[in-house]
Amino acid sequence: MRQTLNVHALFVCQGARWPTPARNAMIAAMATVASRHVPGLATPGSESLDGVKPSSIKRASPRHSAVVRVTHWINALSFLGLLVSGFAILLAHPRFYWGETGALGTPSVLDLPLPFMKGGPSGWGRNLHFLSAWVCVITGSFYVLSGILTRHFGKHLLPAKADLSWASISRSVSDHLGLKIFGAESSFAYNLLEKLTYLSVVFVLLPLMIWTGFAMAPAIVAVFPFFVTVLGGQQSARTIHFFAADFLVLFLLVHIAMVYLAGFKRRVGTMITGQVAAAEAPRGKDRT
Amino acid sequence: MSTSLSERKPSEREPSEHAPSEREPSESKPSRRKLITAGLATAAGASGLAVTAHLAERYGLIPPDNAGVYGVGNTLTYAAQRPLMSSHSLAREFDHSQISKVAPVNGLPPTSDLYNRFLAGGFRDWRLTVDGLVERPTSFSLAELKRFPAVSQITHQACEEGWSFIAESTGVPLSYVLSLVGVSPRARYVMFFPMRSAKYKWGSLDMADASHPQTLLAYGMNGEALPSEHGAPLRVRVPRQLGFKSLKHLVTITLVEDVKVYGKGLGSSSPENGFSWYGGI
Repeated sequence: MRQTLNVHALFVCQGARWPTPARNAMIAAMATVASRHVPGLATPGSESLDGVKPSSIKRASPRHSAVVRVTHWINALSFLGLLVSGFAILLAHPRFYWGETGALGTPSVLDLPLPFMKGGPSGWGRNLHFLSAWVCVITGSFYVLSGILTRHFGKHLLPAKADLSWASISRSVSDHLGLKIFGAESSFAYNLLEKLTYLSVVFVLLPLMIWTGFAMAPAIVAVFPFFVTVLGGQQSARTIHFFAADFLVLFLLVHIAMVYLAGFKRRVGTMITGQVAAAEAPRGKDRT
Repeated sequence: MSTSLSERKPSEREPSEHAPSEREPSESKPSRRKLITAGLATAAGASGLAVTAHLAERYGLIPPDNAGVYGVGNTLTYAAQRPLMSSHSLAREFDHSQISKVAPVNGLPPTSDLYNRFLAGGFRDWRLTVDGLVERPTSFSLAELKRFPAVSQITHQACEEGWSFIAESTGVPLSYVLSLVGVSPRARYVMFFPMRSAKYKWGSLDMADASHPQTLLAYGMNGEALPSEHGAPLRVRVPRQLGFKSLKHLVTITLVEDVKVYGKGLGSSSPENGFSWYGGI
């Protein structure tokens, strides 16, 4: 366990299937530490901690910090812009190649069943794409910098070493498949699979999108040729850009589905206000 | 303001029973302070933006198509890339073995009688006019251009649509022709005007890209005369930008200080069709 024990760790541990005495001792220790670090946190004292429910605890700090909330919604908008405009650009040439070059009349690696719309939507598509990309990159850089400085990543997203075993990963996966992941604790902390997913999006997929995007820019690769040479060519960069975008769309769909299953209004409300609704429904769909 | 507030008696700060309003000292002290801070921050931000815009304009970091919402993106891209791409950075060059067998084209050659006459006569009667802000406005025949020091380069050419090919271009560096005519220090853009065609495209480069060593006035492709569909008799090749900046079938090059007098004033026909002026992405 890390030094900065907080209320999130409390509920992570509650969710874990530890022997009861050990768990109680751990929770008591953490609650003491947490009460020092989180002003306003009710310390249950000598009472049995089994009875502690997340809804009975007044949290002083919001579930999501203001930076996380603001950058989340700005990036949601910019991602929508990138997605729509990316599709518009794709329609100009829905065919993919590997290597430096590729065109009609040369072998492809993927032919999408879409029409070729020459001179059509790629004009405004490109304009919207680069505008949204700037918004996404500026906001994203601010989010990453702030996440490092405030130790948001370390505290909330980096899995504990002990959690990175096959047993806990497979348990998290089976919990997801069984949709047993919307317990009350899920309103306060990310589970293992969530942490790994968000980290992959922020530190793998989005940087890969930026990199492959740069690799398609003739001016950028004139300055930094390795951007494109390590990928095997400009058309390879375009193909990787497309597949990485597909993974981001997959993430978006699963993300929205999970938010819906966890209670759309409450979760969206938390991402807007930062506060977890007082009447936490224990699990299941939002029935309000 | 905050000083005068702090000098007030404590009794004046008593919170009233009424709903909080701006006038209550207990509420107004932090809110006024916030207001002043916000005001100062806004003023600093606005003047910071104004200074930035002034410097960007002075150092040529504002593209002609800077207006509107998309203009913000275009300006950020151009302003970020222009200083980054010093004139020393060169587009990648390739080996002969990497030249593509397929080199597609967008747009058909001009269909005018004049172009057909030029084509039939091997472009002997064709001339390139270089005018505008130059000391010696001149027109060059194709034979004259071919006598100038020639450069051959094998570069990648990508269409904004997504396809690309590698080809060898042979021609005279634009900078050489510009040095012959003597460019006025006032010139900021080089305009390119092709022969009239159904989808008439014209455009411009800033002086940094125009004087770049790889920016060629190309009359040869893959070791042969430039084919008609690739822009015969003369096209500009700008390997650090997308294909639509490499305009074909040129007849006039004009040096200007301001691009606003042409078309809708956006520097090229491309922004009029929804694309950006700058093609380095």
